[in-house]
Amino acid sequence: MYLRSDERGPAMNNRLALRIALFGGFAVVLFGILFFRLWLLQVLDGEKYLAEAKNNRTRSFRTSAPRGEILDRNGKLLVANRTSLALQVNPRKLPEDPAERRAELAKLAELTHSTLRRVRRTMHEELKLAPAAPVTLRNDVGHYLVFYLQENQERFPGVEVQRVFVRAYPGGTLGAHILGSVSEINEEQLKEARYKGLVPGDEIGQSGVEDTYDRYLRGRPGLTRIQVDALGEPTPNGRLVSKPPAPGDNLKLTIDQDVQEAGEAAMAERGLPGGFITMDVHTGEILGLGSFPTFEPSLFARPALTQAQVDATYNNPAAPLTDRAIAGLYPTGSTFKLITALAALESGNLQLDEAIEDPGVLVVGGQEFKNAGEAANGTVSLVTALEVSSDVFFYTLGLRMWDSGELQHWAHALGIGRPTGIDLPGAEEGLLPSQHWRNQLYKEGETDRPWSAGDNIQLATGQGDLQTNPLQMAIAYATLANGGTVVTPHIGLQVDDARGRVLKEFDPKPRRHIKIDPEYRAAILEGLHDAAQNGAGTSCDVFCAFPIPVAGKTGTAQRPPHADQSWYGVLAPYPNPRIVTFVTMEEGGFGAESAAPAARKILEAYFAKELAHDASTEEEESEG
Amino acid sequence: MYATRTRRARPEPFAFHPGIAERLGLPYMDGQLAFSAAALVAFSIFTLGQATTHDVPGSPYYFVDRQAIYGVLGIIGMYLLTRIDYSRFRELRVGVYTFLCVSVSLVFVFGFAARGSRRAFELPFFSFQPSELGKVLLVLALAGFVIDGARNGSDWQRTVRYLCLGLAPAALVFLQPDLGTSLVYGAITLAVMYVGGVRWTHFAVIGAAFVVLTAAVLVVAPAVGTPVLKGYQEERLTSFTHPSADPADAGYQQNQAKIAIGSGEKTGRGDRATQTRLDFVPERHTDFIFAVIGERYGFLGAALVLSLYALLIWRALRIVTLSKNSYGTLVAGGIAAMLLFQVFVNVGMNLGIMPITGIPLPLMSYGGSSVLATFLAVGVLQSIHMQARLSQKGRFAW
Repeated sequence: MYLRSDERGPAMNNRLALRIALFGGFAVVLFGILFFRLWLLQVLDGEKYLAEAKNNRTRSFRTSAPRGEILDRNGKLLVANRTSLALQVNPRKLPEDPAERRAELAKLAELTHSTLRRVRRTMHEELKLAPAAPVTLRNDVGHYLVFYLQENQERFPGVEVQRVFVRAYPGGTLGAHILGSVSEINEEQLKEARYKGLVPGDEIGQSGVEDTYDRYLRGRPGLTRIQVDALGEPTPNGRLVSKPPAPGDNLKLTIDQDVQEAGEAAMAERGLPGGFITMDVHTGEILGLGSFPTFEPSLFARPALTQAQVDATYNNPAAPLTDRAIAGLYPTGSTFKLITALAALESGNLQLDEAIEDPGVLVVGGQEFKNAGEAANGTVSLVTALEVSSDVFFYTLGLRMWDSGELQHWAHALGIGRPTGIDLPGAEEGLLPSQHWRNQLYKEGETDRPWSAGDNIQLATGQGDLQTNPLQMAIAYATLANGGTVVTPHIGLQVDDARGRVLKEFDPKPRRHIKIDPEYRAAILEGLHDAAQNGAGTSCDVFCAFPIPVAGKTGTAQRPPHADQSWYGVLAPYPNPRIVTFVTMEEGGFGAESAAPAARKILEAYFAKELAHDASTEEEESEG
Repeated sequence: MYATRTRRARPEPFAFHPGIAERLGLPYMDGQLAFSAAALVAFSIFTLGQATTHDVPGSPYYFVDRQAIYGVLGIIGMYLLTRIDYSRFRELRVGVYTFLCVSVSLVFVFGFAARGSRRAFELPFFSFQPSELGKVLLVLALAGFVIDGARNGSDWQRTVRYLCLGLAPAALVFLQPDLGTSLVYGAITLAVMYVGGVRWTHFAVIGAAFVVLTAAVLVVAPAVGTPVLKGYQEERLTSFTHPSADPADAGYQQNQAKIAIGSGEKTGRGDRATQTRLDFVPERHTDFIFAVIGERYGFLGAALVLSLYALLIWRALRIVTLSKNSYGTLVAGGIAAMLLFQVFVNVGMNLGIMPITGIPLPLMSYGGSSVLATFLAVGVLQSIHMQARLSQKGRFAW
């Protein structure tokens, strides 16, 4: 011990001085650590922590904007919005006691017809995406449940009811395939450029025009950014940003609700899978487009489908979600003859006044190609051949052009087997069989034989490997009818804002123009007119009594192992058509049997005014 | 020597007439020490005034008013102690020590419980926490015992005796439970022993025992089912190694304090401070007040505060070397260690490099007991300084 307690004066000696110096050195080191750490946090990493602090204290809430309404060309409502009540749970306000919490969630699960496990999983998943935000347990809860919860509020702490917008379909299944569905954006879509700025939970159009015109319909969600404290509670005067939601713009379609209804009713009446389209031949505006079987678009407005609903839509072998009018892949039967006729005339393989002998069968290379029903039509011209649907006549044309590619050239020009530019997702390109296509397959060993005359003979009558759909056929017919303009089919007509001001009109340019000799056009239309409304015509049974002159062609496509597929394509009014209608029905048999009556119903709807006028003048005449 | 006595006994008729400053003893006080302590408490009041306006509904200056009163009382107490010869405390060491032990024990009987711990007496105007004052009392008493010990017993006996004397009140405080303050007691005990000349080898043994004990408390005891630390204490001690996002976790608080300080950057966020204004950082007026300073006033403000502490501790260490007797050396050393330990642990906890132990930041953290006790400690330092100056004057003036 170096202390001498009773000595006065500075009590220092060397050993004590050393200890004090070490003490001082230790203090310097400790302060050095503190200063260095302070420098590190505030000066070197300050920006990072500032960002963290800012992120810490704000919460953003999005208020969903109602989507725009969808109307038909006459302003009739096809898709509207209704408000629905969503049941939400604010996890921060749930009881802290695990047992109470569990009991409340279990009770909620029971009330929403769910299970405790499902509720917990939903909450877990949603909280991962947006911590501290209320979790939606169920959309579209009934008023009775809301009243019950409000009356028993103290028993359900943390439960909130939020008003949300849900799509409503006044017409039920009407236009299901064109309108499409709306649902929450998924993870892949979030990465797409067109959905920039959207966040999980936002709703977007997933199919149909809801998808194509999503950016007009979607609207802009409102944004409220508030300052919160550590508990996530809003602070007084803590409203940082407040932007009200901007509703989406209204979309007017080219669809005519009456035509659409008539088409869907005609399809449903026959009950066979198929599709129809009615289009303006000059503008490409689609007046009606549908597919059977159909589905309830409102199903997708709800968050969860029941197993029965999933089975009836996704797992249904009849594939109700497929739009057969634009995504079907079928041979067309004799409706293709219009294309064959035009190709043969334009390429010089057939003269207008030329007559061809039809003994009922054409033998090529030992293979027999027979007329339907093995009828022998004698010597026929083009017009007659179309009227009675002589297969041998067109087999002959197919044989003449079998290795020249002229039939393919004209079919391709008219839009068969290529993209149409329609403003609906999910359209199929189809397949136009050609020499090059089959020989390529043969080279690759995918088929057992190269291109032969038989292939072209089949194609000339719309059989064989041809894969197309009512949309492409309608475009081809429209092109002939309007004298050579290949229109761009479209369903969007215009976008109006909420006050009805027109924001944008859709008038897509024609795809291309092709030169068609007016004489050829007239001859072909005459043949089609006779086929529909002349005594020997293939669809006279259906159309002879129709007061409006039309030009229509039946088709009976062989699609083994299925039964024959019924087709009908019609241009009206003859001789200067305004619209084209195409109908096909799988396993519908002969063209005049299933498809033609449906087409007639569509035309009746389109010409409703003229027909009513005719009827009244007839009455006047009979009275007079 | 002779002259001094004469002057005291019979003042010269033409002697120098002392002025008001001389009468108050101001020339003998350590001006920088007083300045740093007063500046720190002033900074504390200023910070509380800006940061706690909305904490107590209806009284925006609740904390400011009280901290100002404690500050004024503390300065008065400091001055009074300055004028008392600290050596008296050596004579009173047994009484001081007894008072210390009794007062920290009494809270078990009369204390009021706050957050599961009895630390304070509820007095009409404020709650008094004896363990805070006890820090100063422990220094005063223990230094006296160490001086006694210099005369008798072997080295080992003395070391064990000092340890027991220091750790007994530390244990009482630990049982309140108040882990942080008991650690301060431990630091004081070790520092007084260190300045008192306890051998290095003994410190090595104490260090080894400490490591073993820590391991036993944190690892072995919970494993065999008799935990010594309460769950939250252990969680706090170890949480700085694992920051957490759960607001209920101790690691969360520390993480938020770190974010608060970092977000202050160089010059601070002023009233746009959010971390400490919106309750992300808990206990912002007490244990985490340094985070408030860091966020509001940035590196400039925080470094200024640290510099004031550096000045305070430097002056305390300087007084260690100036003391006129060994008792003063030990007392000043104990107080310097007490301040250094509290500043380092508290600021280190705010900066995320030390565990959360509930040790207040001397003079900055809101709290009457802590502010008063720290000012009294500074007053003792001033007394040592004054006595040294007076004795120097007596020796060299003539």
